[in-house]
Amino acid sequence: MTAERHTLAVQVMNRPGVLTRVAALFSRRGFNIESLAVGPTERPEISRITLVAIVDDVILEQLNKQLNKLVEVLKVVELDESAVRRRLALIKVRATIDTRQQVLEVVQMFRCKVVDVATDSVIIEATGSRQKLEALLDMLEPFGVKEIAQSGQVALSRGNRSISDKPRHPHKLIV
Amino acid sequence: MSITETDPVGSGGATLPAPRQRVTMPGAHILVNALERAGAEVIFGIPGGAILPAYDPLYDAEGVRHILVRHEQGAGHAAEGYAMASGRVGVCMATSGPGATNLVTPLADAHMDSVPIVAITGQVGSGSIGTDAFQEADIRGITMPITKHNFLVHRPEDIAQAVAEAFHIASTGRPGPVLVDITKDALVAEGEFIWPETIDIPGYKPTRRPHRRQVREAAREICEATRPVFYLGGGVIKADAVDEIQGLVEQTQIPVVTTLMARGAYPDSSDLHMGMPGMHGTVAAVGALQRADLLIALGTRFDDRVTGKLDTFAPNARVIHADVDPAEISKNRNAEVPIVGDCREVITALREHLDEVDTSRWDPWRRTLATMKAKFPTSWEAWEDGSLSPQYVIKRIGELSGPDAWFASGVGQHQMWCAHFLPHEKPRWMNSGGLGTMGYCVPAAMGAKVAQPDAIVWGIDGDGCFQMTNQELVTCALEGIPVKIAVINNESLGMVRQWQTLFYEGRYSNTNLQSTRIPDFPKLAEAMGCVGLRATHIDEVDAVIEQALAIDDRPVVVEFVVHKDAMVWPMVAAGTSNDDIQVAKDMAPEWEEEEL
Repeated sequence: MTAERHTLAVQVMNRPGVLTRVAALFSRRGFNIESLAVGPTERPEISRITLVAIVDDVILEQLNKQLNKLVEVLKVVELDESAVRRRLALIKVRATIDTRQQVLEVVQMFRCKVVDVATDSVIIEATGSRQKLEALLDMLEPFGVKEIAQSGQVALSRGNRSISDKPRHPHKLIV
Repeated sequence: MSITETDPVGSGGATLPAPRQRVTMPGAHILVNALERAGAEVIFGIPGGAILPAYDPLYDAEGVRHILVRHEQGAGHAAEGYAMASGRVGVCMATSGPGATNLVTPLADAHMDSVPIVAITGQVGSGSIGTDAFQEADIRGITMPITKHNFLVHRPEDIAQAVAEAFHIASTGRPGPVLVDITKDALVAEGEFIWPETIDIPGYKPTRRPHRRQVREAAREICEATRPVFYLGGGVIKADAVDEIQGLVEQTQIPVVTTLMARGAYPDSSDLHMGMPGMHGTVAAVGALQRADLLIALGTRFDDRVTGKLDTFAPNARVIHADVDPAEISKNRNAEVPIVGDCREVITALREHLDEVDTSRWDPWRRTLATMKAKFPTSWEAWEDGSLSPQYVIKRIGELSGPDAWFASGVGQHQMWCAHFLPHEKPRWMNSGGLGTMGYCVPAAMGAKVAQPDAIVWGIDGDGCFQMTNQELVTCALEGIPVKIAVINNESLGMVRQWQTLFYEGRYSNTNLQSTRIPDFPKLAEAMGCVGLRATHIDEVDAVIEQALAIDDRPVVVEFVVHKDAMVWPMVAAGTSNDDIQVAKDMAPEWEEEEL
């Protein structure tokens, strides 16, 4: 069975220690985690953790069940292929008088923006899918990337429905 | 304590629901009241700085008996023993820092074996958290992976809710340990006492009732199977489903195996019972699983000590797996028919679907297993020099004490011998199965005796294990808890020694405890206020057991000096296939004869 990239949206109680529990679960069970992002939701008592894990189907099922066992986890939903996935990257790239114009062209092509300018560098703010950000970085690499800060991925499924409408155990209907 | 509005709590008798009274009191009083309301009759614990405020109201709490133990680990295992023998939630209490970290082992133990206990720990004051204050330890962080859930409470008004939720979580679904850590300032400050009459935890809704379609599917699989086996785990006992499973087995006449945690879930004396499976299982139980075409796994978790090398475990079997914890299903072995639900509900539902099953279908299978069982009984060697066989000692303790006696054991060879040779007719057995905690026996027996004061409670311990937690016998002597402890003294860490014999060419590195010289167990027992006895010869065994059984005003310790070369057989070497089971050193059963 091959490991694939899965995006899970995890609704949790907004309480101290919840993120520790989730993160500790991954290390305790040896699950491979690629990205984790946490933030408040439309309901103040609930936070949303977006997890990206590279696992096969058996591990995915275990991961889902183990997450559901945490008392403060309310719901785990795997987002499908069509979901909107975004990351934020801040990239400090070398841009001298000679190269600045070329850097700005790349910025324009990728529809990102420059949020800080200094004599020898600029900071670029970019949002997009993992693939888009990787492509952007490839293009910027020749100019000299000095520093990168990236967020974990956040994601929402498309359409009218929200996470609260979806069943609790998406993988196997055994309850 | 101060009460505002009109009616004090407890004055009761009002026919109409009065407007809720605001009752404020110090957090320590809230804690003790909450524990009483939660039904805690006994608390095993030790006071200390941070938990000290709680011990003041505990001093005159009439509904709660506090038993002052000698080590917090003892408090934790005693709570486990109490829980196992009473079916209620066991409670232990400790202070912050070292008090709390000493509870780590029993919490991990209870987590592995699904034992419902609640641990209350004091924490340093809220303002000191994070400053490396005296006796500060992040016990919530430390115990996250070894508790079912845990709480850190900062405010007095949150204590009762946390206690109520802790008892609820510990005792429902798959039982387990819950820790409530309370800061010292929360114990001192005044707050309102509100006992939640109902508990609704949004993220915690255990599924009790099995899905009907899954049960129907399971029944269909059973009817079509040729070689089905009931593979029963500790969940059957935890779900209080012993009567139900006996009914189901009676009705279907399908052979049974019971894991280490399920010994007593089905009577050993039944012809259908093949015994315990696993690394030290009987040939019939291991053989039944290996040859089965259907495993009906109830409340069990396909532990590596049962399955051996996983990809050769029960190679021809389809699997029905019922458990209240969905995460156990298909964790180690894929289940063709997964059923999430309480074991008792699942078994009851299965009984309805199988009420007219044709049991003759499995006659050949039963005959095969009966032959295997008769051919490979569990037994032991007698020593020519007249020294004691530990198996014989344990068997006699069981026979002379009867099927209603409770038994706790430590971990190692004596534990396996207990699993094989005690009379497991009813669920009266407690041990450390998952974690393998040496030192479990004495405090667990103490807890069980508190829960079952009128029953005979034996702890059958090894000389290694006994030296880890024997100080709780002081507690037993002072608190009037007359347990009986048998120390099976083979002067070594026997199970490790056995592995050294088998896999390290008899190089006995650090397994010789020299405990026939020191300590003198009967004298040690007497120093702790117990009666100390000893048997070294087969002729003395019955006499000392009878003597121990006759004493019920004090704890008794009986040392049995046994031959140190006694080994646990059968055995499946770690990491190998169950098919390679050996009934004695280099002796494998001849399987071919048993092929269907």
